[in-house]
Formats: sequence, structure tokens, C-alpha cells
Amino acid sequence: MSAVSGKGGVPTRKGDNLVNILGFVSFLLIAASMYMGLVFAPEEAVQGPAQRIFYVHLPQAVGSYIAFFLVFLGSIFYLWKGDVKWDVLARSSAEVGVLLTSLVLITGSIWAKPIWNTWWTWEPRLTFTLVLWMIYVAYLMLRWASEGKQGARYAAVLGIVGFFDVPIIFLSVFLWSKGLHPRPAGMDPGMLAALIVSIFAFLLLFTYILIQRWRWETSKEMVEEMKLKLGR
Amino acid sequence: MIGAQGFKGKSIQASLLAKSFGSIHALREVNLEVGAGEKVAIFGPNGSGKTTLIKVMATIMRPSSGRLHIAGMNPGENGHDVRRLIGVVSHNTYLYDDLAVEENLAFYGRMYGVENVKARITNGLRRVGLERRSRDRVRTLSRGMQQRLSIARATLHEPPILLLDEPDTGLDEAGQAQLWEMLTSGYADEPTVVMTTHNLKLGMSLCSRWTVLVDGEIVSEVAKENSSSESFQALYRRYAGAGT
Amino acid sequence: MRAFRRSIDVTPGLGRSFVAMGDGLTAAISISRAAVGPPSFFRQVGAILWKDLAVELRTKDILSSMLVFGLIVLVIFNFAFELRGENLILVAPGVLWVAFVFAGILGLGRSMAQEKERSSMEGLLLCPVDRGAIFVAKMLGNLIFIVILEAITLPIFAAFFNLPVLTPGVGLIVVLGTLGFASVGTLFAAIAINTRAREVMLPILLFPIIVPVIIASVKATAFVLDGKPWAEIWPWVNLLIAFDVIFLAVCFVTFEYVIGE
Repeated sequence: MSAVSGKGGVPTRKGDNLVNILGFVSFLLIAASMYMGLVFAPEEAVQGPAQRIFYVHLPQAVGSYIAFFLVFLGSIFYLWKGDVKWDVLARSSAEVGVLLTSLVLITGSIWAKPIWNTWWTWEPRLTFTLVLWMIYVAYLMLRWASEGKQGARYAAVLGIVGFFDVPIIFLSVFLWSKGLHPRPAGMDPGMLAALIVSIFAFLLLFTYILIQRWRWETSKEMVEEMKLKLGR
Repeated sequence: MIGAQGFKGKSIQASLLAKSFGSIHALREVNLEVGAGEKVAIFGPNGSGKTTLIKVMATIMRPSSGRLHIAGMNPGENGHDVRRLIGVVSHNTYLYDDLAVEENLAFYGRMYGVENVKARITNGLRRVGLERRSRDRVRTLSRGMQQRLSIARATLHEPPILLLDEPDTGLDEAGQAQLWEMLTSGYADEPTVVMTTHNLKLGMSLCSRWTVLVDGEIVSEVAKENSSSESFQALYRRYAGAGT
Repeated sequence: MRAFRRSIDVTPGLGRSFVAMGDGLTAAISISRAAVGPPSFFRQVGAILWKDLAVELRTKDILSSMLVFGLIVLVIFNFAFELRGENLILVAPGVLWVAFVFAGILGLGRSMAQEKERSSMEGLLLCPVDRGAIFVAKMLGNLIFIVILEAITLPIFAAFFNLPVLTPGVGLIVVLGTLGFASVGTLFAAIAINTRAREVMLPILLFPIIVPVIIASVKATAFVLDGKPWAEIWPWVNLLIAFDVIFLAVCFVTFEYVIGE
């Protein structure tokens, strides 16, 4: 908040600096995590080099869950308090979440091709991620198809309904078919270190993207407000 | 004590009321106070915000900003209490085409929890001259008759505040002449009325206060006793453009 | 829950308001004698539901379009999947539910469009009625229409494909699945009607959310047709019940934010 809104919600120079530092740090950490994942961590015995995509894939998945939870929080608070900043949070998080889920699906496919010998299979976790992606793509479409405060309320309702649906979808797809997803069993310390660094690095990067997105949306809101005040 | 004279509270108090859709202003800054039993006409050209103002006062649209009190209550908090005090006649009849005349009224009677519904429906239909059509479907009525029925619908629960948005829509000359009679003859005491119309003659004859709404703002307000209809007409034409 | 509380609270509120208005409102009190006693939540639900059913009984607008569409879907799928022999028992439950859901979506959209066409939703919003009551009434109306559609489609389906679907087990699954579908569908139909590209918006919003309903209903129906023991069917039925309970509550609470401007 302090990084975003200075006097009267106007993004300030000081905020700019903090965000720039955050962006720079996350860039460095991403570079470090690339090194850890691609070079430092030992090769997995069964899967070989393909397993290394995991250091990108898992942080993305974690990030997307966090993003969708933020959509839910923003939606609840928007309906409750009516303050537009919550709506901005929800809508920025939804975009970041959809971006991450898309990446999760793509990196997952790239991994699945050599390991499962197919780009796609209706395995529960894949199915779950795909349904999740569809819900939040629908969320973005709804934002596009409706306007103003009414559109924000509609989106908030979908953000809430979608979130409550997540555990039920999860349950249903797991009852529906058997899972093939690799389970982490006894991880090498080198692998674990690489994983932790990359999760941290990616979360920092996502926070950076989210904040930038939020600042942009806030500025947009302010422009709209000024337009209203000017009368046309 | 009883009646408009001794009244201290206001039926409607709106201050700095605004409503925007996206980046379009429908209402900019409306200030309006209406005392109990008072009759206020709001004149304005198309697109001036008349319908939006009525809808906001009728609690079916949320204002974007500003304060609105109906009978001392905030519609955002006491929505149902406010709604019970309000009757709305507009160019939308809010009737169901495939229900009979009396079924439409019975439906709204149940929604408002009106007692003695049967008797009140009969009275209402007699007042608007539709008692012989009570079993016909609304679809078979002419537009003017539907408007009459809409008046019976809006006054079924005898609301002390009437919000009228071009209530003369579809009414013929005879219907316009009877409009006031149809609206208020069921009342023991005069209801408060806010009415929008482009029909200057009608509005000026029925209401004691005349206001002009242009571009979402009330630009002029005149009491009947302080103005002649000619000078007000001239004033209105200046605001609304020569065409009207 | 708030809705119930509110409908009880109204009487003192009304009294307060009259006091607030002062002497002049004695007039209003005498006038409003006609309108004393707030109608209860359930009476208003009943009134709206009765109105929807009466209109539908006369026009048959929603039911006829749903029914014809549902039948067309069945016939099309018959050609698409060669619904015969071994294939049949695997594919039939899916075909049945796709027909229900597609036809149902048509009905959901139609019933909300009726409220929109002549601004009757505004007429409802003018009334002192809880927005939750409007939701419950519209949802029950949709549920009834879709269940009627299903009650007519099922025997036809049984005859077309010679499958024993007319059992209490299938009936239970159909009603539970439809309840969840209708509650989320009613909420989303109210949203979609006010968006650009409204016909497309409803399925786009609804289908991903009801994935669990479709999976559970298809699976449970398939198990019943396959003669599986109920121990295997229950998890799916429980899933349907959980979905129904959660989304009835969520949709009931959020509905007030999707109607009105």
C-alpha cells in the first residue's frame, strides 16, 4: 500500500524506487534460481534433465493459487466495503493468476511430453488446473463484457463463487480419475535448496508484477475519476 | 395538526445526488427537498436525467454519491421501509402481459402485503376505469389502458409518496385529464408527488413547484405562485432549446 | 440469513419511520392502513413463483423451447457417437446430462430475459422484498421447469436407447444435479443478462463452475445404469449434496449484488 499510494493515492517517486528495487532483486534471484535449478541441483535419476522444469513449474502453481486467493479476498472486501481499491486488487490478481496458470499448463505439457510421452492427459491435477484456468478466463471475459461498478460487482460475485468451487472441483476430478502426478519422496538436499530458492524468487517476481499491475489500474481509476470530475 | 400545513419533516431530501454509468454522468449534483403533500414537477429534455433521478429516489438504482433521505430514512439502510412508502408510475408499466388485469394487481398486493386485497383491487380498477376488463390479459389492453392499470398498481398500497416518470405516457386526452383523479382520489390526505414530464401544460397544471433538470442538474426552481406559466415556458425553452 | 432477520425487523422499522416523519405523517399512517403488516419472506417467494408458473403455463415459452432443444441434442448425439451396443452404456449418461445442461441453459437465459424485456425485474425491485426472496423464487421456478423437462426427456431417452433410466436412483441424482445447476445458473443468468454478448456469457460463466456437478451426475448415473452397489455411488451423491448446499448459500447471499444498477 505504502509503495503504491502516496499523497491521495498518487504513485510517488519514493514508491517508484521501492518497486524498482523489488524488481531488481527479483531479477537477481530469478537468475540465481536458474543457476540452482539448471546447474547446482543434481540430476534426477529416473526423469533426467526434464525434471528440472519442476523448479519453474511448481513456483508458478503456488503463485497462481495465491493470486486466486487474492481475487477472493479482493472480491469479498469489495462487496463488503465498496472501496474500489479492493476491486483493483481482485482484477490485477486475476490477470496475474491467469498468466501463471497458463504458464503452469505450458511448462507441465513440456515436461509431460518426454516423461509421459504425451502433451496432455486427463490426469486429475491437469484437469483441475485446466478448469481453474477456465473459471478465471471467464472472470476476465466478464470484466471485458461489463462496465463500471456493476461490472466490478459481477466480477466480485464470480470471484467468490469460483473460489468456493475450487475444493469441490479438486475433489471431483480426483474421484473421477487416478492420479499419476509425481509425489516428492525423499528429496535430495541440493534439489530442495534449488526448489526453495526458486519458489522464493518467483513469488518475489509475481509480487513485483502484481504491484506494477495494481499501480497501473490505480492510475487508470484516477484518470477515470478525473474525467468524471471534469464532466465528460 | 394533520395534513400538509403542520408538517415539519421532509418527504424527500436529496443533496449533491449523483449517478454515473461508467464515465457518463446521468446525474451530476441534484439538490431537492420535497415536503409532505407537496407536488413538484421536474421538466427536462430527453437525456437530462429525469428517469435516472426517479429510479434513484425509487431505490432501484444506487446513487454513485450524495445523500438521499426518504421520509427521514436512508434507502440504503431501511430499503424496505422506504419502498413501502413509495409508488412509482413510469413509462414502464411493470405489468405482466400474460397475467390478467386483476392477477397483476393481486401479485403486487401480495408483494406489498396489502390487506383486503380484493376490495382494494376492485376500488383501484373502478378508479382507473378498468373494472370491466379485470379478467382480460394485459396483452389485450391498449397502451393507454395498460398505463391506467399501472396507476392502479402503483397506488394499490396507498403509498404516501408518488414518483411519476412521465405518467401520461400512452394516455389519450381524456386519460390525461383524469390522471390526477385516478392517482389521488383513493387517498384521504394528499400524497407527496414528484413528477417528470416533457408535457409542460400537464406538469404546470398539476404541480405547485416547477423545476428544470438539464444535464443532470436542477438549473431552475420556481414556485407556482411566483411565476406565470408564460414566463416559465419561456425560461424552460431557454434551457431545453427552442424545439420544445 | 439476513433476509429472514430483516423481514422480521420491518414492523418496528416502520413505526420508527413514522415517528421520524413527524405529525404530518399521521396522514401517511391512516393511508397506509391498507398496507400494514410486512409480507413474510416465504409469502413473497410464493407470490413470485406463482407468477412465473402462471405465465409459463399460459405461454409455454420456456418449456417448449427447452424440450425441443433437448430432443434435438439427443438425436444429434445418437449420430455423433453411434449410440448402440457396447458403446452405449459408457456414453449414454454423458449424452443425457449434456442434453439436460444445454437445454437447461436455454431455459435459464429465457426466464431471466422475460424479467428484463418489460423491465419487470425493476417492478420487483420496487417492492419491499428481500433480494434473497427473488433469488429463491427464480431459482425454484428454474428448478421446476428443468425438472419437468427432465421428466419428459427421461422416458424418451429410455425408449430411444433402451436403457433402464426410469429408476428412483436416477431420479434422485437428476434432482440433486439439477438443484446445483439451477442455483448457480440463476445467479449467473442475472449477471449475463446485463453484459455484452449475453447469450455467450451465460455458458462461459456457468460451465466451468458446474464441472463438479457434471462429473458427479454423469458418474453416478453411469454407476446406477451399470448396476454398481450404492456404496460406490454414494461418494458422488454426497459430492452433489455438498455442491448444492454450498452454492445455494453462496448464491442466496450474493444475489443482491447482481440485480439492480
